Amino acid sequence: MNLLPAFLTEPQGGVVPPSGPTAWLTTATAAAMAFLAVFALALSIASGRLADRWASALDRSATVRISAPEGQMDLQTAAVLEVLATTPGIASARALDQSEQQKLLEPWFGPDLPLGDLPLPQLVEITEGPEGYDRQSLRLRLTGEAPGAVLDDHTRWRAPLADAAARLRALAYTCVLLIGGAMAAMITLATRAALAANAQVIKVLRLVGAKDTFIARAFVRRFTLRAAAGAALGTAFGMEAIYLLPAQDAAGGFLTGLGFQGAGWLLPLLLPPLAALVAFIATRTAAMANLRRLP
Amino acid sequence: MINLENVAFSYGGGNLLSEVSLRLAPGSFHFLTGPSGAGKSTFLKLCYGELAATTGRVTLFDRDVTSLNRDEIALTRRRIGVVHQDCQFLDHLPLLANVGLPLTVADKPLVQSDVMDLLTWVGLDKLTGALPPSLSGGERQRAALARAVIMGPDVILADEPTGNLDWEMSLRLLTLLTELNRMGKTILIATHDLNLIRQAKSLVAIRVLRISKRRLQLAGADL
Repeated sequence: MNLLPAFLTEPQGGVVPPSGPTAWLTTATAAAMAFLAVFALALSIASGRLADRWASALDRSATVRISAPEGQMDLQTAAVLEVLATTPGIASARALDQSEQQKLLEPWFGPDLPLGDLPLPQLVEITEGPEGYDRQSLRLRLTGEAPGAVLDDHTRWRAPLADAAARLRALAYTCVLLIGGAMAAMITLATRAALAANAQVIKVLRLVGAKDTFIARAFVRRFTLRAAAGAALGTAFGMEAIYLLPAQDAAGGFLTGLGFQGAGWLLPLLLPPLAALVAFIATRTAAMANLRRLP
Repeated sequence: MINLENVAFSYGGGNLLSEVSLRLAPGSFHFLTGPSGAGKSTFLKLCYGELAATTGRVTLFDRDVTSLNRDEIALTRRRIGVVHQDCQFLDHLPLLANVGLPLTVADKPLVQSDVMDLLTWVGLDKLTGALPPSLSGGERQRAALARAVIMGPDVILADEPTGNLDWEMSLRLLTLLTELNRMGKTILIATHDLNLIRQAKSLVAIRVLRISKRRLQLAGADL
């Protein structure tokens, strides 16, 4: 386990010359990758949170929608409530009042909608008990007692929403993996370029008795530290950008909920060490493979 | 120490060396001569494992070179000091660091006073901070010799060490090499400078080998 510290120790004397301005490319690429990774992480967390919210909001709840002529609305509502009160597995049921229904429609029609003038259905909110209820028999009873009542248990809404959220989360994780892979590929190419540029130095080192691990150490250390520094920079900018996004409460939509909450803010802090680890493995593998081809 | 048995080496199609056998005994002093392109440098490279023989057997310190892994080859090279024809310095490092490079790559502490002693021995103690490109040919060759001996190797191989030097500087380098031989080091010098060989004969007991028609021969009194 002392392999990592050994590889991060600078060989004495700076035997490999400084890399010049191209060294910044590694740092800049790592910064860009980390910046993107922060957003991918935020997306994965937000979609996970969304899936949970949708699930908890819709699970164990159902709605009965009553569409009836004006004179029969109250009668049918009372009948529905009576049926629900006597249905095993239903914890509670209540009819939404006009102001609650207005709030539900407000995002689409604005706050000044004259609800009383519209033939809107009456909504009854059902909270399911832990043991659950028999949906089929409830539908039959409702049809018998209140012909205008329709039970909506949210199944056809919940399933695609949960599926979409799960796919979004999987996409975000894939993005993080692709970003890590792209960074490893980029660092491998940069390492090979650095090894090629220093071919004469490497030849001299081999001639005076340097082991491959000694030579690789100089490159591994440089690329690991550059990747870590770049990733730290990119992570900091990414977190700042996420922090500056509009607050979720302001609009309540999914995009404004794209961010970290509480301990979730610690998650992006893992990116710089992860980037360093990716760089360490990529550089060491590339360096050792290249060196093995030399006499 | 270094043993070659029926060694052949070919570049691409043609043979450069064939049926070459040599045993470098401890404390011996050999010259290797022959025309340019005869394979002197190749012969030396076979002796420190930079090239692998096409056929035959090369033994370094009683180990068949083909049985050595890369780390073992690196460790073996630390026991063989090589003065390369083109010196092979790291141009971005000052002379002191270049001469101490074998210590550095062996992860041994670079004791400046030890390196300074060596640089004084080769007459370069005033140039410790100089970069290799600023040194003259003679200074580079002497620095290369200092680097070759810093690890206290058993064998010193030198490839045309006086190739770019005037006669006075060549004699100075030869004197350093004979001093090392008197200290018990095994020396093998590849050169086409017959005057240098004749001069060496007056200083120390030597054997002269010649590469001719791809084979290694013991050179006679014609030298």
